[in-house]
Amino acid sequence: MTKKTFRRRVEDFLRYVRRNPSLGVGILLLLSLLLFVVIGYATYEVERYRPLSGGPDLAPFQTDNYHPEEFPNGYPLGTDRQGRDIMAVMIAGIPLTLQIGLIAGLIGITVGTLLAFISAYYGGVVDQVISTIVDVGLTIPGILILIVIAVNLQSGLTVPQMGLAVSAVAWVWPARTIRAQVLVMREQLYVEIARLSGTSGFSIMFKEMLPNLAPYIGASLVGSVASAILASVGLEALGLGPFDSPTLGMTIYWNIQFSSILHGMWWWFGPPILVLAMIFVGLFLMTAGLDEWSNPRLRKRV
Amino acid sequence: MNFRNIAVSILTNYVFRRFLFFLLIIWIASTLIFLIPRLSGQDPVKEKLLLEAQRGGHMQAGLEEMAATYSRKFGLDKPLIVQYGHYMKDLLRFDFGPSIAYFPKSVNSLIGDSVIWTFGLLSVCTFIAFFVGTMAGALLGWPRSPNFLQYIFMPILTLAAIPYYLLALVLIYIFAFNLDWFPLFGGYAVATLPNWSFEFSLQVAHHAILPGASIVLASLGFWALGMRGMMVTNQGEDFMIAAEAKGLRGTRLFFNYAVRNAILPQTTALALSLGTVFTGSVLVEVIFRYPGLGNTLYQAIRLNDFFVIRGMIFIVIVTLGLATFIIDVTYPLLDPRVSYKKGG
Repeated sequence: MTKKTFRRRVEDFLRYVRRNPSLGVGILLLLSLLLFVVIGYATYEVERYRPLSGGPDLAPFQTDNYHPEEFPNGYPLGTDRQGRDIMAVMIAGIPLTLQIGLIAGLIGITVGTLLAFISAYYGGVVDQVISTIVDVGLTIPGILILIVIAVNLQSGLTVPQMGLAVSAVAWVWPARTIRAQVLVMREQLYVEIARLSGTSGFSIMFKEMLPNLAPYIGASLVGSVASAILASVGLEALGLGPFDSPTLGMTIYWNIQFSSILHGMWWWFGPPILVLAMIFVGLFLMTAGLDEWSNPRLRKRV
Repeated sequence: MNFRNIAVSILTNYVFRRFLFFLLIIWIASTLIFLIPRLSGQDPVKEKLLLEAQRGGHMQAGLEEMAATYSRKFGLDKPLIVQYGHYMKDLLRFDFGPSIAYFPKSVNSLIGDSVIWTFGLLSVCTFIAFFVGTMAGALLGWPRSPNFLQYIFMPILTLAAIPYYLLALVLIYIFAFNLDWFPLFGGYAVATLPNWSFEFSLQVAHHAILPGASIVLASLGFWALGMRGMMVTNQGEDFMIAAEAKGLRGTRLFFNYAVRNAILPQTTALALSLGTVFTGSVLVEVIFRYPGLGNTLYQAIRLNDFFVIRGMIFIVIVTLGLATFIIDVTYPLLDPRVSYKKGG
């Protein structure tokens, strides 16, 4: 790919985003969260995500009796039962949660793509074994297996370990969908021509087909990041997450644990709900948009 | 006669294959549940005892001995393969042993107390969500639908993306805490005991509305989006054009042609979605402290009650596998093409 065609591809993509609003809105939602994090780290005392940073149960801008001089106006999003500054928790939590999703999503998509190609390349028994395992994996809810893993690892999971744990079940769906794509692509004319001209099966797979599948794999990556985040937040909310880290899921866990709703502490449960909804809706719209972009047949229809 | 024999043999073959698949699911799941704790090198009994000792301030000295006694009782001191054999035998008899936290109460009785609540809630919710979501999707993907319907598309999309429990938190805050229309938690009022009276069932319904609404609203979008996609795909098909050319009435076209064909993949998706619905509902139950399986699982996780977690997960996977099997096997009745396909 020369530089010019790459630039043209980018320009084409940007022009396309204008016609594909769900992709644009999805990217916008996530970018605004990232912007919030960057500005937050630049201007805010993020270290106050730790417990006992301020007085407990403070509503936004309520005076902190423990630090009356230092914080005469209180905290912009108040504090939780254990004195975490919610604003700091949000700024620190968003990248941590995204990190878990990215680790698990990247591993999941890599392993899934490899399995899909091996499965479609070797065919026969190999294909049958891999497909059957994938089908079993689709029927067994990944989160149940993750609960068994997390219960046994309970002694102090860190954020990257959390990502690794979630990746244990994140490869199943990509393996299934990418295999289907490879099987369709295998029948296409240019693959046929490459085969007839004596190209080895291996280089057809990785030099001819993989680049053409790249947009599709990109779309599935966004999808698997979303499901990895879903799984990790679920685990954390059940109390199986990294207890020292202020991830969004752990914030939900503390909310459930201390019944913040029964105390009407909207500033405590509101922000993580809003941010998680933005992440999920953003990733969902991006997946839908990228799907459309990578699949011209869908593109015409909408 | 001959044709019929062939058809029957393929159908039984299909059923047989599906049944083998069902057994495979159970075998793989139970082996995973057996292996993962061994791989982590931790001892659930000892962990639990240590935890109890910390809480109760027991003497550390007798603890090792106590753990050894418990290990013998649960057969944890034998070689791995023997343990595996025992474990499989117990699982096949649905014997999960006693709960560690509520010893000597059995895992089965703990699960038995809560299963009816989850089963009742989820079956009603799945039915409503499937029906309403599919119909909404069908209308969204039907070109002759009124235009205002397009306005519900964005909310449905948003609902499809967010997890059930986020919606549960929002609903409980608005409708239970602020408006006080529904109870804040529980499956029935605090001072009553479960019984079969009319008043009690009213109470149960009143308590189930909010958790149910979170599950229905959040899963509705999934069905609507799938159905809409299939309706749009079917639009250009020959059978639709032919039916339209015949001058059939709109409602007939809609129900007997478009919906009838688009609903088939929805049924397959139903089998796959049951797991998502269950796992999604776990945290909803926790948030509403609903007395179902999800809450029991959550309590078991908090108390580090490994046998309950293990038994619960096994039973859930068997149930899901069985439901998938039943849906797969009845699918040829809905779509006759499947039974003729080899290896379905």
